[in-house]
Amino acid sequence: MILFLEKRANYSPLFSALSPVLALALTLIFGTIMFSILGVDPAKALYTYFVLPLTDAYLIEQIILKATPLILIAIGLSVCFRSGNWNIGAEGQYMIGGMFGAIIPVYFNDFQSPLLLPMMMIMGMIGGALFAAIPAFLKARFGTNEILTSLMLVYIAQQLVDWLVRGPWRDPQGMGFPGTKSFNESAILPELIPNGDAHFGTVFAVIVAIGVWFMLSKTLKGFEVTVLGECPRAGRFAGFSTKQMTIFAFLLSGALAGLAGIAEVSGSVEKLDDKLSLGYGFTAIIVAFLGRLNPLGILVAGLILALSYIGGEEAKIALQVSNRATNVFQGLLLFFVLACDTLIHYRIRLVTSSKAGGTG
Amino acid sequence: MDAQIIVSILISVCVASTPLLLAATGELVVERSGVLNLGVEGMMIIGAVAGFSVAQITGNPYIGAIAAIGAGAVFSLLFAFLTLSLVTNQVATGLALTILGLGLSGMIGEGFVGQPGIKMTSLDIPYLSDLPLVGKLLFGQDAIFYTSLILVGLVSWFLFRTRAGLMLRSVGDNSKSAHALGIPVIRIRYMAVMFGGACSGLAGAHLSLVYVPQWVEGMTAGRGWIALALVVFASWRPARVLVGAYLFGAVTIAQFHAQALGIPIPAQFLTSLPYLATVIVLVIIARNRRMTMINTPASLGQPFVPDR
Repeated sequence: MILFLEKRANYSPLFSALSPVLALALTLIFGTIMFSILGVDPAKALYTYFVLPLTDAYLIEQIILKATPLILIAIGLSVCFRSGNWNIGAEGQYMIGGMFGAIIPVYFNDFQSPLLLPMMMIMGMIGGALFAAIPAFLKARFGTNEILTSLMLVYIAQQLVDWLVRGPWRDPQGMGFPGTKSFNESAILPELIPNGDAHFGTVFAVIVAIGVWFMLSKTLKGFEVTVLGECPRAGRFAGFSTKQMTIFAFLLSGALAGLAGIAEVSGSVEKLDDKLSLGYGFTAIIVAFLGRLNPLGILVAGLILALSYIGGEEAKIALQVSNRATNVFQGLLLFFVLACDTLIHYRIRLVTSSKAGGTG
Repeated sequence: MDAQIIVSILISVCVASTPLLLAATGELVVERSGVLNLGVEGMMIIGAVAGFSVAQITGNPYIGAIAAIGAGAVFSLLFAFLTLSLVTNQVATGLALTILGLGLSGMIGEGFVGQPGIKMTSLDIPYLSDLPLVGKLLFGQDAIFYTSLILVGLVSWFLFRTRAGLMLRSVGDNSKSAHALGIPVIRIRYMAVMFGGACSGLAGAHLSLVYVPQWVEGMTAGRGWIALALVVFASWRPARVLVGAYLFGAVTIAQFHAQALGIPIPAQFLTSLPYLATVIVLVIIARNRRMTMINTPASLGQPFVPDR
């Protein structure tokens, strides 16, 4: 048997909508096999992972909290990926955003003003954008590979933040734990519902999703993003600049990752510490593809990935399953999403080898 | 400085450079066939966990290393199937391989965290390794170190001196013409990707059986990505990969020694050095357009669908 692909005359809108669903279904099938191998009742495990968290108001709030940074980062990445710019250093931009946003509350701990929060959010966005500007500038100016430079900068950002929270920014009254002094009341993002964990960052995520969706689908800029991504040559004939697009896409996604970072620092941790890097910048890559690089799809995809995190924690408590299984699920999901996307542009045919002509 | 100290520093440079050299040599062959596999980090960590766990179970680090080679090759098949048979985007699929590898290795290795590892002993060639000074450096290292050096030579010979190597390069430079000449493009690319996976797997085994000898989650710490940068740095020439890998190994070791000597620079800055060096090297290489243009496989990263 040989598998070969037959190009569709037009792309299939049916499979375009169906492929993320198909990918999720395949991930669940593989999850069943995986849990059976691990000796856990698969039905119980999958229920704990994907249904149980939805039955509890507290857990739903945790999902929304977790989804917020994933969605913000993934929306920025979708603009990058659509325009053919491979920013995979969002984790670093997220951390530098958190760090920049923390500058005012760290140095002026007593400063209280209604303007403080907007200033912090803007600082966070500037920090993330500046950090993303490094690979963007290097690519536009020297043609440096942005995949490698943006990723290398993640490690540098981690070391930089680690040094700050253990060195110059460490709270002297912190009992030796790495981390800054806790922020004062007016430097903390308001809660979504009173006394809850989820914070106002979620509102940013929804606004950004609608805004970027509008930009991508209804404006000339959005058209430019798509044209330069699909066919840079055609874009250049239309007078679009690939270099300017690289800078634009990186700055936008860096700013959004930075916003996610400072929203997390201000709304959730309420100080800058050494546990900011949780891999959201990498998981957001999965969110972006599962959401089909569409900001509205990303809203849903972010919630699904967040569900897998929370479900993983529940499964660890209830079934003593390692929550590392969550990362395996997430990795598999991205594989299946990419594989199913093939169906949008190709028909897959299986041919027995006797009939196969040029096998290649 | 004492000559003995210099020799021991040189040996530690070899240890730090070997995994980079192995992974970069493998990726060089993959990229020469026109495929960009960004999953090096993922294949490397799968090799590290496979090597460590099999060595623990069998008590033999050599069986561990062989298992790591197999695990890396099998794991890379996932990437090969998606990008070659289903023509998915190579960049995205490579990232997926890295994400899955990091997750899977965390799950497999969870039971092995904190266990004392089995270190692969050095070969100590009789008499020669007892030579003063150079004995230990040249004749008293581990088997993977020697394998890595032999491999670079073999790859260089294969790519530029054999018919099969010429076919592989033709597939990477112009897959359509190669196909028209009857060269099995997809089959060659499958084999190249698996060779890259095997090399990355062995590189990972070197980390968990020689370098650290332990299992630590995420222990590759970006080395797979540095290996990818090395291929660009080397402009796809095996001999230059050798030079690049040892330069980076030296930077890594210099950073450790600076920390040990108590040089008043925060440790975090020294730890960042190899990553910073990678960025700087990439910029310097990119500025030299002509050299890059001559050597870059022309079909690198472009999918190929055979017509029937």
